[in-house]
Order: sequence, then C-alpha cells, then structure tokens
Amino acid sequence: MRKQPLNRFTLTFESRSANESFARLAASGFAAQLDPTVEELCDIKTAVSEAVTNCIVHAYPDGLGEIRLIGEIFAGGLVRFRVKDKGRGIEDIALAMQPLYSGLGGERAGLGFAVMESFCDRVSVRSKPGRGTCVTLEKQIQGKLVGGDG
Amino acid sequence: MEISIQGKCMTVFLDGEIDHHTAAPIRKQIDGEIDRLKPKLLVLDFGGVTFMDSSGVGLVMGRYRSVSACGGKVEAVNLPPRLYQIMKLSGLEKIAGLRMAGERP
Repeated sequence: MRKQPLNRFTLTFESRSANESFARLAASGFAAQLDPTVEELCDIKTAVSEAVTNCIVHAYPDGLGEIRLIGEIFAGGLVRFRVKDKGRGIEDIALAMQPLYSGLGGERAGLGFAVMESFCDRVSVRSKPGRGTCVTLEKQIQGKLVGGDG
Repeated sequence: MEISIQGKCMTVFLDGEIDHHTAAPIRKQIDGEIDRLKPKLLVLDFGGVTFMDSSGVGLVMGRYRSVSACGGKVEAVNLPPRLYQIMKLSGLEKIAGLRMAGERP
C-alpha cells in the first residue's frame, strides 16, 4: 500500500527563470520543518534548482509553460519533491541523464541530473515526448538530532 | 560582483547566488571585459557566493572557451567545499585550475 504523506504542498508557477530561486526557497522552507542541517537544506535547494532549471531550459525552450512543484513529508523524515512540466518531454531518458550531455551545448554544463543524484538519495524520471516530464527527488533527512551540525 | 585588472590578469569577485537566471547578466559583464582585455589569466573568485548550482560550472566552462581561444588560462578559486564538489563532478579541473577556500596556488 502506498504510504500517505504527513504533510504536502503543491505550487504552480510559470517557467520564468526568476522562479528558480523562488522554487528552491519554497522547497527548503517546506523541508525546514524536519529540522534538517544547513547542509541538507543546501542539498535540497541545489537539487530542486537543477530540476526546475531543466523545465525552463529544456521543457519549454520556446516560451512559457506551467511548472508544478509538489513537496511531501513522510514518517521517519523522508522528504520527496516532484517537479512536473507539460513540455517537450525527453526521448531518451538514459541519455539525458548522462553527465555532460546537455543537448544544448554552450553555457549549460549538462550536469543537472548528476548534481541531483549527488545531493539526493533517489532520483527518478518519467517522461513522454510531447506530453511532459516528472522528476522525483527523495531525500532522507537525518537532521540535527542525529549527529548533524548541532 | 567586482572586476579587478592587473596587467593581463583579470580577477572577478563573484557574489550572491549563481543559478541559470543570475548567470546571464554575470556572463555578459565578464565577456565584455574579456573582449577588451584578452586576459592571459582569468581568476574567478567564488568566495562571496552563497548558492550555486551547475550553472556555475557552465559559467566557468564558457569563459574557458573564450579565454583559451586567445591563449589564456582560467582559475576558479576560493571555492567553498560544496561548490568545489559541484565543480569536480564535471571534471572541470582538467581545463581550469580549481582551488578551495584557503588553498594557495
């Protein structure tokens, strides 16, 4: 049976680059109720920033679209974020997740998924070309009580 | 952000948050100076950066392309541990000198 979250939020915003900082602050603000360490909060901010930037740059390359950020907290301190778009979708997910593959070249390092994976416990991607993409990020918060930074 | 120039060495003191949104104006300003000076050494100082995602890596990579085209080198210095970790993910140390905060050349 699917576990029910203890708390949940949904945020919908336009795919404007100014919303990258808004999304990561919302995510870290939500996770703050688990009393995470500064490091853990930074991990969440960085991973969410990458996922949202991917939507802005790749899902809606030619205009504005809708991005949905869903946050959930589960018993035991697991936090899950889903970043959904209704954009272009990904043809080859395995290829898109490879480090240094950007598909755009130029100023993008092609590291978005590598960064998400290095700062989260689990990253998964579902996508349908022409329909959109959903990136799921999960992180187990150890928090300050378990040998954090005090 | 502050840019200081000594001879053919250009140092950029970055500050605040570096993401895809903020990287665009930073890039524009640095590139203007690179065009004028054609530096032999570009030092990007990350000491004042409070947040960075992989856009910071793209910023270094892109500047490496233009500076190395004129025979110059790029260094990213004063990197807080977390930024250093992100830079290392990219293998950036193969093209640019990376130094953590407090590390001497």
